[in-house]
Amino acid sequence: MQEDEPLGGDVKAASTPIINSISSDQLEPWSALLVRLGGERDKAVFAQLFQHFAPRLQAYIMRLGMPRASAEELSQEAMLLVWRKAEMYKPAKARASSWIFTLARNLCIDRMRREKAVECELFEEYMEHDQAEAPEQLLLEDRMQQAIALLPENQAQVLQLCFYEGKSHAEIAQQLAIPLGSVKSRMRLAFDKLKAHWGEAQ
Amino acid sequence: MTIRHHLDDSTLLAYAAGSLPQGMALLVACHLHNCPHCRQTLLQAEAVGGALLQALEPAPLDPQALQAVMARLDQPDTKRSEAGSVAAAARNSDLPVPLQQHLSGDLASLPWRRMGYGMQHIDLKLAGPGTTRLLKIAPGISVPHHTHGGNELTLILRGSYADEIGRFCAGDVADLDDTVQHQPIVDTDQDCICLIATDAPLRFSGLMGRLAQPFIGM
Ligand SMILES: [Zn+2]
Repeated sequence: MQEDEPLGGDVKAASTPIINSISSDQLEPWSALLVRLGGERDKAVFAQLFQHFAPRLQAYIMRLGMPRASAEELSQEAMLLVWRKAEMYKPAKARASSWIFTLARNLCIDRMRREKAVECELFEEYMEHDQAEAPEQLLLEDRMQQAIALLPENQAQVLQLCFYEGKSHAEIAQQLAIPLGSVKSRMRLAFDKLKAHWGEAQ
Repeated sequence: MTIRHHLDDSTLLAYAAGSLPQGMALLVACHLHNCPHCRQTLLQAEAVGGALLQALEPAPLDPQALQAVMARLDQPDTKRSEAGSVAAAARNSDLPVPLQQHLSGDLASLPWRRMGYGMQHIDLKLAGPGTTRLLKIAPGISVPHHTHGGNELTLILRGSYADEIGRFCAGDVADLDDTVQHQPIVDTDQDCICLIATDAPLRFSGLMGRLAQPFIGM
């Protein structure tokens, strides 16, 4: 489990017991807390989410190559978005960590291109109509983190270069001095293993 | 729209990570707009991002950071209204919604430029490696045989083409890399309009290809 679970943690007492047919006591604690933030707009709840996610967002943004001052500013921006958009969070679609990661990623793209990252956000409304994941699939997602740790070194490496350093396929190929096709097949192999843990194995 | 050809998992992972060049990300967004199948895969790719975020060693924060953000919670959100106007404009054009950030009007009224060989194009002139362009290919025309120096994404917006891989219709995406050599041919009596994004210049093969390179090429 996480080293720092949400404090004061009667998350089961969240005001909305049933969300898209997943009851909050089935949710991973951070996701339950984010649902509660959307419902109650409680600043103390926000502070808990902030203490957990802001330092990780800052670490993530710095690894993408942002200077420390910008990373601080962007991680604060991202947390402000968490506060503003919490009502739109759908626990049946994604864990809190995935949802917050996506918000931060869009902010970073926005900043790096100095343009709106609208293309990433536009289909939020479509996403709502897509079929929701079954609760047990969501629970299996918990295992993804352990699964990443079990990936062969060369597969974990391409995922980390892609997600942590924002390197494109071509840049990874160049850095590792391997063909483009190998970068892509390593990513596909890694993703297949992770998806299997997500309850998606065919 | 029945979509038969989808994005490669490695492309969706790069999109989820935010590491695709801008033009390829734009094309991916256009396909996702119409494809629940790839949207589902994208959620999984974003879950990989979430798990990797959780796994990061937290960076030490400025001790004032929480206080600074808490002080801003009650301020009004000034950016919120912009997204609505984009969505509203979307309904008056046959361009994919994400593309409307870059072009206005309809497919027919765009400022197409002739490039010979029965092809017309519009270069979106996006920043970053590779190129992003709309291509309009007349019926019966075949694009010169070519391979790719990197990734090449093609999204069909109207009409269809066939190549060594299969038949591609509106909504389909061809997600190719440097291991594939192909020669698409427009196989109906309608123009085929597609959006093409690369992360490196195309390499044409054959005499026709070398002749075409200065026109299509970069
Ligand atoms: Zn698709």
